Amino acid sequence: MKAITVVSAKAIPLLEDNIDTDQLLPKQFLTEISRQGFGKHLLHDWRYLDSEESVPNPDCVLNQAQYRGAEILVTGDNFGCGSSREHAPWAIADFGIRIIVAKSFADIFRANCLNNQILPVTLPAAAIDEIGDLVSRMPDTLLKLDLPEQVLHVGSKSYTFDIESHHKNNLIGGVDKIGRTLLEINLIQEFESRSQNIF
Amino acid sequence: MSKTLYDKLWDAHFITDIDGDGLLYIDRHLIHEVTSPQAFDGLAQKGRKVARPEKTIATMDHSISTRSLSLDACGPKNAQQLRTLAKNCNEHGIVLYPVGHESQGIVHVMAPEMGLIHPGMTVVCGDSHTATHGAFGALAFGIGTSDVEHVLATQTIRQSKAKSMKVVFNGQLSKGVTAKDLILALIGAIGSAGATGYVIEYTGDAVQSLSMEGRMTMCNMSIEAGAKAGMIAPDETTFEYLAGKANAPTGADFERAKAYWRSLQSDADASFDKVVTIEVSDLAPQLTWGTNPGQVIGVDGAVPNPSSAMDDTLRISNDKALQYMGLTPDTLATDISVSHVFIGSCTNSRIEDLREAALVVKGKVVSSAVTAIVVPGSNRVKVQAEQEGLDQIFINAGFEWRLPGCSMCLGMNDDLLQDGDRCASTSNRNFEGRQGRGARTHLVSPAMAAAAAVYGKFVDVRQLPVGESI
Ligand code: SF4
Repeated sequence: MKAITVVSAKAIPLLEDNIDTDQLLPKQFLTEISRQGFGKHLLHDWRYLDSEESVPNPDCVLNQAQYRGAEILVTGDNFGCGSSREHAPWAIADFGIRIIVAKSFADIFRANCLNNQILPVTLPAAAIDEIGDLVSRMPDTLLKLDLPEQVLHVGSKSYTFDIESHHKNNLIGGVDKIGRTLLEINLIQEFESRSQNIF
Repeated sequence: MSKTLYDKLWDAHFITDIDGDGLLYIDRHLIHEVTSPQAFDGLAQKGRKVARPEKTIATMDHSISTRSLSLDACGPKNAQQLRTLAKNCNEHGIVLYPVGHESQGIVHVMAPEMGLIHPGMTVVCGDSHTATHGAFGALAFGIGTSDVEHVLATQTIRQSKAKSMKVVFNGQLSKGVTAKDLILALIGAIGSAGATGYVIEYTGDAVQSLSMEGRMTMCNMSIEAGAKAGMIAPDETTFEYLAGKANAPTGADFERAKAYWRSLQSDADASFDKVVTIEVSDLAPQLTWGTNPGQVIGVDGAVPNPSSAMDDTLRISNDKALQYMGLTPDTLATDISVSHVFIGSCTNSRIEDLREAALVVKGKVVSSAVTAIVVPGSNRVKVQAEQEGLDQIFINAGFEWRLPGCSMCLGMNDDLLQDGDRCASTSNRNFEGRQGRGARTHLVSPAMAAAAAVYGKFVDVRQLPVGESI
């Protein structure tokens, strides 16, 4: 998975609130047993006029040529609400999106993004409205995301954002999370012997 | 310092701090076919083993047929996923309750009824409705597949601590008003993201008088308000439910456990980051009218009119929901007709739910305009219901009586609605396309769904003739 440091890329405006995981990746694609290939099904119901995915919906921004190659998604409140299916962030990553800028995220979805090298950036509603408006009018605008400095540059404006330092380091450095936890194996085993009679 | 129940559960499982996150020990890990294969794959790629296979329990529920016990009944992809689960469990020494087993069922229905969930436990599953198990005074939450892999490899999880919210339901429910109505009313009040970043503790007279089934229904939908988890402090109702269950402690161990479980209460002066109080005595049965679980009205109400003084964002989202749902503003709830009824899902497919629905249906027939199915949550529920004759009540009325599974809650099998179908559903999500592309879902209690099947439209179950009401 690619490290995220400074990314300059186009952004797709998908400005609805409450875009849920059933929209991001409908259930008929959940039967796969690998992590690959979900990108073409991202937002299936909105993106295609037929269930075979042969007729793209021209009204859906994901299909519009001017947004091709975008690596940033700009969206509203409560993005990723609903199920814990990690297939949704897998689809987003596979589609080519590395950064999601939203008014707010659902908790499990945000954690799933961080586990999949996708950067979730939360900005105030007014900032999202400005950015969304700009990239809707001028799809070619390149946004510059600077993770080390925690700032998103859009035209002449700069928006700073918060991210927990360990998540930031992991996104920049790419850390094996399980490997890191396993370094604490002695503490885990001590805990097990200490607590085995409580429960 | 005084502590909330959440604080106590957190502290009891806290091992250490890693880079600012707490490392928590996991007592019970539940897995199913959909969110686990990639986790086992990840283990294999790194040559890692399952740390504590005996603490993980597996079942088949999401992608199985509810008409046939054959794993192949829903096509080769579903079959491959189910067989992959069986293979992974076999290789790693994990107990699996496959299709056809007496203990098989929806993961959040079968685990509690096997006595696998105790007060004070941490419980995780690659499924957002894991919050269900908070009904026992456990800390239970859904995780993604990367974290499933983490739990398999380490029996721990890394988490930042959430904020705490207390929700108090004051008063006593009227006849015909259930746990489902309570939780829908809460989500309607605070919105589908109203509890994002929080762990909820439900309290108040109305909660204390709920059965374990009702408490599970309530905690189950915590995620629909955005909460990380929902929980209810254990009490005599909890202990009675657990007594004699297969995996519950017995004899002197049970008494010892009870003494510990009794300590799992928020201290009287514990402070919460947020408190929400809801008066329930006049609460009507609830239904959702829109495409997220916060878009709720009482059955005595009407579909909202977005033109009234709403802010822009809300108006736009309401307009969009109305359009998808094919509803006109100001339509009375009792004027909404349905074409389908689904009684099932991890929210409302337990024995008590089926009894409530059967009481409404008994001696009636399903409206000719309605297709109705009942899908028990587990084999145990199915067998129990058949012993009580509930299956015959449903079948005689014109319902289909199915095998246990997730079924039309999400339609990973062939239980799918068509474009434009309108369903009264006892499940937990009314998202666009959840029950089929273009399908319209109204979330309701089992009694409300049963009545909608009989009358072909929503009716106020408080006003059903004597003998029909619950
Ligand atoms: S019944 Fe529905 S919500 Fe519950 S676990 Fe199954 S698919 Fe998920």
